[in-house]
Amino acid sequence: MTEILILRSGFDFNGIYGFFDEFMPDSLDWLVFLITSLILAIVIINAVVLSTALLTWFERRLLGRFQSRLGPNRWGPFGLLQPIADLVSLLTKEDTIPEGADKPIFTLAPIVFLAPALIVFSVIPLHGGSFLGNLNVGLIFVIAITSINTLAVFMAGWSSLNKYAMFGAMRAVAMLISYEIPMGITVVAVALVAQTLGLSDVVLAQDIPYILVMPLAFLVFITAASAEMSRTPFDLIESDSELGAGYHTEYSGAKFALLQLTEFMAPIIVAALVTTLFLSGWRGYGPIPGPVWFVIKTFIVLFGFVWIRASWPRLRVDQIMGLAWKGLLPLSIINLFVVAIEVFIFNPGENGLSTTDLWIMTGVNWGVTIIAIFAIFNLLGQSKSERPVPVISPLANMYANTNTVKKITDLAEAE
Amino acid sequence: MYGLGLVKGLMVTAKNLVLPSRMMTVQYPNRKVGLLGLSKATGVPLPKLLLKDPITSVKSLLGMAEVKESLPQHPRFRGEEFSWYEQRCTGCASCAKYCPLGIIEIVTSESGDQMQEGQKYHLDKFDIDIGRCMFCGLCVEACPYDALHMGSGFEEGTYRRQDLVIDKRKLVSAKKTPSTWFRPQLASKKYDPHKGKNVKWDGAGRHEKPSLEQQQEKWAKR
Ligand code: SF4
Ligand code: SF4
Repeated sequence: MTEILILRSGFDFNGIYGFFDEFMPDSLDWLVFLITSLILAIVIINAVVLSTALLTWFERRLLGRFQSRLGPNRWGPFGLLQPIADLVSLLTKEDTIPEGADKPIFTLAPIVFLAPALIVFSVIPLHGGSFLGNLNVGLIFVIAITSINTLAVFMAGWSSLNKYAMFGAMRAVAMLISYEIPMGITVVAVALVAQTLGLSDVVLAQDIPYILVMPLAFLVFITAASAEMSRTPFDLIESDSELGAGYHTEYSGAKFALLQLTEFMAPIIVAALVTTLFLSGWRGYGPIPGPVWFVIKTFIVLFGFVWIRASWPRLRVDQIMGLAWKGLLPLSIINLFVVAIEVFIFNPGENGLSTTDLWIMTGVNWGVTIIAIFAIFNLLGQSKSERPVPVISPLANMYANTNTVKKITDLAEAE
Repeated sequence: MYGLGLVKGLMVTAKNLVLPSRMMTVQYPNRKVGLLGLSKATGVPLPKLLLKDPITSVKSLLGMAEVKESLPQHPRFRGEEFSWYEQRCTGCASCAKYCPLGIIEIVTSESGDQMQEGQKYHLDKFDIDIGRCMFCGLCVEACPYDALHMGSGFEEGTYRRQDLVIDKRKLVSAKKTPSTWFRPQLASKKYDPHKGKNVKWDGAGRHEKPSLEQQQEKWAKR
């Protein structure tokens, strides 16, 4: 009975709140609020953590196949229990804090890292509405919340008193802030076409998936987003061959498990966002219900991420910054201007853009996309760019004029 | 064109994903099998397998069934357990003298056997410390009576170093599947130790065992 009631009223904040409010006196409103929040929190955390565990398995199996290996297949059916084994192994390890580390910040960083990732999930619309109901500023909320991650990465790197962690954190701040800008501009374009800021309204406005309407925005968004979650080819934050492990070099035990969890959660979030913004979310055809469509689309995007991770090498630091400022930023601005002009010409009323308008925009935008990408990358291309001439470090000749060196050279000459 | 290399890279990994022939992992010591693989590995036809062992069939559908997997190996592979025939060994200790590491320890006493052909000693001790052995095979080359052969196995992991010393008792009771390395008489018979057939002491020598008449003839000449 209970479940049916909750389902009918919608499994979101308003629904659960209304359900409990019915048989509680008005003076106990705070209790109702508390219960609702707790239920939502438990559901979201469990759903997200479980799907993350599944994703780690999925990713490792798939990466294995991409690299002609097998991936974990020993523990449980098809190796499905491998995430649990990993978790037990991580949690039973000693949780060390380096001497001289800034203990409160060191401890806080994993939590600050994890919390935004969980919060973002509360607004992603799985079917009609999200867990938090229909938030009408969902786009701004997502962009704002995800930028907190940068702070957490810097906290972790700075507090652990380790130069590699610090390098990783510095790179992270530089990179994440740069990529936030093109990402934000593409989101503005999406909001412009959808004429709304609510995530579920964006889905409702997508009579044609926006991947067709704005391919340029899609490309920029997916590139910037995979940089935001620092995966290959943008994983220089934690590039294991240069920095040990980057900002989480000093972490171990449960804290490391939290950091790792968030890192694996990021692809899910980004995939869900891409699905919502560009692949028309839960909307599909036939008897298959909406949430299933959503999961299928998310999985396709995740597959793409794993494929890219398995194939492409990591970019250098200057290449990454160059791509953000010289490549993605102009592309996203071009996209925004073209879309803005089109929306201005079509001048949508209350009901937003009609399907015919969207089809016309699709035609124009594909042309613009191909020309813009070709132009930008020919400007940026290998033949045009010059390698910077290496500057000899002043430290390299530090001892050239000191007495010791002179003595030694004198000796050699005397002989 | 700029960016074409990226697509090429994606295609390479996509081929890895789609073509099963590109998989190079050998699962050892156990291989996970599906239902078809199980019936192929055990040699039982599929319907019979389903009837006879439903639990294992369901397990194999879940990817939890395993079959033993042995790695393909050459018969001349120089393995760890030496094959040694007490009946052939005279206690001459050539092997101990030739070992560059000096890890074969032989203690003999007079047995009063086969005095006419030279003494055959009684072996009180025959220890090989394979923990230090480098499997050069010089001891096998040195043995004049083909009593010592290289072994064929390699799964000799133990928890203590002392356990790696194989003594006379272990040598006598070990499986006699000698490697055909430096033993052309075994190689010419197309003997493959990995098929698991034991070689008896009289089949391991360089010459055929003389028949009774031949032996008597020989004795008469003396
Ligand atoms: S194989 Fe070489 S090292 Fe090993 S016992 Fe024989 S002679 Fe010595
Ligand atoms: S060389 Fe051969 S016959 Fe001589 S002691 Fe060693 S194993 Fe025995």
